[in-house]
Amino acid sequence: MTVALSPQELANRIGEQLPEAVVEAQETALFVKSDSLLDVARFLKSTPNLDFNLLVSISAIDYLEYFELVYHLTSITHNHSIVLKTRCDDRDKPTVPSVSGLWRGANFQEREIYDLMGISFSGHPNLKRIVLWEGFEGHPLRKDYL
Amino acid sequence: MAMSSQPARLKTDTFVINLGPQHPSSHGVFRIRATFDGEIIVDVEPIFGYLHRGVEKLAEGRTYTQDISLTDRMDYTSAMTNNLAYVLAVEKLMGVSVPERAEYLRVILAELNRIVSHLMAVGFWLNDMGAGGFTPLMYCLREREKILDLFEMVSGQRLTVNYMRVGGLLRDVPDEFLPPLKRFVAEMPGFIDEYEQLLSENEILLARSKGVGILSAETAINGSVVGPMLRASGVNWDLRKADPYSIYDRFDFEIPVGTVGDNYDRYTVRIAEMRQSVRILEQAIAQLPTGAVRTKLPNILRPPVGEAYGHIEGPRGELGFYLVSDGSIAPYRFRVRAPTFINLTVLPDILIGWKIADAVVTFGSVDICMGEVDR
Amino acid sequence: MAMSKIEEAEGLPISLWKVELERVDREEGLETESLKANYREPFPDPDQWLEGEPKRGLVIRGVDAILGWGRSYSLWPVNSGLACCALEMIACAVPRFDLARFGMELFRASPRQADLLLVAGTLTWKMATKLKRIYEQMPEPKWVLAMGSCAISGGTFAQSYSVVPGVNRIVPVDIYVPGCPPHPQGLLYGILQLHEKIRKTTLAKRGEG
Repeated sequence: MTVALSPQELANRIGEQLPEAVVEAQETALFVKSDSLLDVARFLKSTPNLDFNLLVSISAIDYLEYFELVYHLTSITHNHSIVLKTRCDDRDKPTVPSVSGLWRGANFQEREIYDLMGISFSGHPNLKRIVLWEGFEGHPLRKDYL
Repeated sequence: MAMSSQPARLKTDTFVINLGPQHPSSHGVFRIRATFDGEIIVDVEPIFGYLHRGVEKLAEGRTYTQDISLTDRMDYTSAMTNNLAYVLAVEKLMGVSVPERAEYLRVILAELNRIVSHLMAVGFWLNDMGAGGFTPLMYCLREREKILDLFEMVSGQRLTVNYMRVGGLLRDVPDEFLPPLKRFVAEMPGFIDEYEQLLSENEILLARSKGVGILSAETAINGSVVGPMLRASGVNWDLRKADPYSIYDRFDFEIPVGTVGDNYDRYTVRIAEMRQSVRILEQAIAQLPTGAVRTKLPNILRPPVGEAYGHIEGPRGELGFYLVSDGSIAPYRFRVRAPTFINLTVLPDILIGWKIADAVVTFGSVDICMGEVDR
Repeated sequence: MAMSKIEEAEGLPISLWKVELERVDREEGLETESLKANYREPFPDPDQWLEGEPKRGLVIRGVDAILGWGRSYSLWPVNSGLACCALEMIACAVPRFDLARFGMELFRASPRQADLLLVAGTLTWKMATKLKRIYEQMPEPKWVLAMGSCAISGGTFAQSYSVVPGVNRIVPVDIYVPGCPPHPQGLLYGILQLHEKIRKTTLAKRGEG
C-alpha cells in the first residue's frame, strides 16, 4: 500500500534543513509559499529517505480570491506519497516557479495550466498554448470566463 | 545543430516536415512537426489540441452522475476503466462503500476492457508496421467484437458504456452474461498463443522493433511516464500491486516487466498483460458472490466539502481524477490526470536520432488515444 | 517570406526555422479565429433529391444509370475519423459488418483519391480549418456523411468553447447518421441511403442535388 506521509513530520524535517522555507502542515497536504517551492521540491526529490522521483500530477484550482496549485508526488523506491500545495494571490499576472527542471513530466502539465488558467511559470523552457489555438483570447477554466 | 556527416564539399540542409493531423497512422488527430537531416530525425515537436472539447469546464456545469457520461468519451477505447476511476474518486470524497458483488463485477469489466484496449493497441501497431498489413488488425478486432457483445448485453452500448455508478453499478448483469464470458475466458489464451506464434518470430517485426526507440528507466521516471511504457523500461510499478484499489489484493497475478525499453518490449509487455488479465478474470468469475449491486444513495449527490484524488491502473497508465467539492450538486473542480498526455513528454527522447520509418513504429508503440490527450 | 533568408544562410541556423514556425502557428491561429467568427450559419443541406423522381430525357437517364451504378458501388472514403465514432467506423470494416461488400473498405489517406468525407467524431475549431482544406482538396463529385451526434450538432459537447456545433457549419452535409456512437449497422444503413441518393442524382441538375 502506498503510505501517505504525515505532513507535520515532513514540515518538521524541512524546517530543520531549510529554515528559510515557509512551510505549513495542513490536514492532508503540505503547504508551501511559492517563493520557497523550488527549494522544498529539490529537498523532497534528493533526500535519500524521501526520494520523491515520480511527479504524479499538477492541478490548478481557481478559488476566486487566489489560485491554488496542488502537486501529487510519489516515491517509487519507497512507495510513499505526499501532497504539496502552493498559492498565488495575483489575479492579473499570476506567476509561480516551474518545477520542470526537476521533473520533466511537469513540462506539458504546466503548459496546459498556462493555457487554460493563465498562470505563468517562470523558468519553463517553452511556455506557450498547447491545447487551444494561438490567438485564443482568455483562459477558459477560470471561473470568470463566460 | 546537426549537419549531416557527409564529405565537406556536399552541404546539406535540415528541413521540417509535418506529420499532420489527418494521417493514416497518427491514431487520431495528432500532429508531429519533425526536423530532418536526410532521413534522421533531429528535432520533434508534438502539437495537439485538435480534439480539445473542454471536458473539465463542461463537468463543472453538470451533476456528479451526469459527469460519468463525460468520462467515457475521454479514453474511448476503454470506457469502463474511465468510469471506474471517476466513481472511485467520488466514493472517496463521500465515504461510501460498495457491495461485494459490485466490486467483483467491476473487476471483471475493468479487466475485459484492459484486454480490449491492448488488442487495439497491438493490432494498430502491427498495422502501422506493415507486418502482414491489415490482417493482424482484423484478428485482434475479431476478439474485440466478442467482448463488445458482452458490454452490449450488460449496459446497452458497445463503446461509451456509462455503466458504473457511485455506490456500485447501474444494474445487475443479466443471466445470459456468464456463459459467453466463461467461454471467452476459456478460449482467449489459445488466441493469444495464436498471435504470438504468428508474429513473434516475424522478421519484419523483429527488425523494425527490437532495439528501436529505447527509453531508459531514469528518463521514464523523470518524465512521469506510467503504464506499460514504464514497465517495459524495467521499472516494476503497477498500481494494482503498489496501491491496490477495489479488491485487487485478493487476486493472484504477476506484473510483466520488460528489460530494455524498446518497441519489442512494449509489445511483449502488452501481450503478457493480456494473459494476466485472463488469469484475474478466471479467479473473479470463480469467486463471484450474489447480492445487491448498488448502495442506496440519493439521486442527486451532494458530497461534503473537501477534495479527493482517486486513481486506477488503466490500460495506458495511471488514470486519476482530482475532485474538489464545495457542497453543491456539481464539482467545483474536475481535473483529469491523463496518462497518455504525460507519456508524450518523452516523445523527443525516443524519436530523436532514429529514421523516419522508425518514427511511425515507435509512435504506435506509445499507444495514444487522442480523446485522453486533449480531453 | 523568410525562406530566401534561410536559403542564403550557410548551413541552417535553427533559430531562423523557429521564427518561421512561430509565424506559421500564428497564421493558423488567425485562420481559426476568422473561421469561428464567420461561420455562424450552417450550410443548407443539399436535399433536393428527396422531392421525387426528376424529369429526365432517355439519353440522360441512361447515362445517369451507368454513372450512378459506378459511383455508388465504389465509393472511397477519406480517412477522417476524429474521435470515438472513428472506432465504430473501423468496426464497420471488420469482417463481421463488412464494408468491403460495398467496395468501400479502402480508406484513402489522400483526399485527392477519395469521394466520400466520413466525418466521425467531434469537430473542434482548431481542426475545422484542416477539415475544410481536406474537403476542398477532394475532386468533384463528392459527398459528406456526418456520423454521430457530435458531427451533427456538437452532441454532448455543444456548449463548449472550442467545439463546432455541427459539421454543417463548415461543409455541406448529405447524410446524417445519429447515435453516440451509432452501431455499425446504423452506419451501414446511412451508407445505403447515400447510395440511393447518388443513383438519383442526375446530370441535368448537377450541383443542386
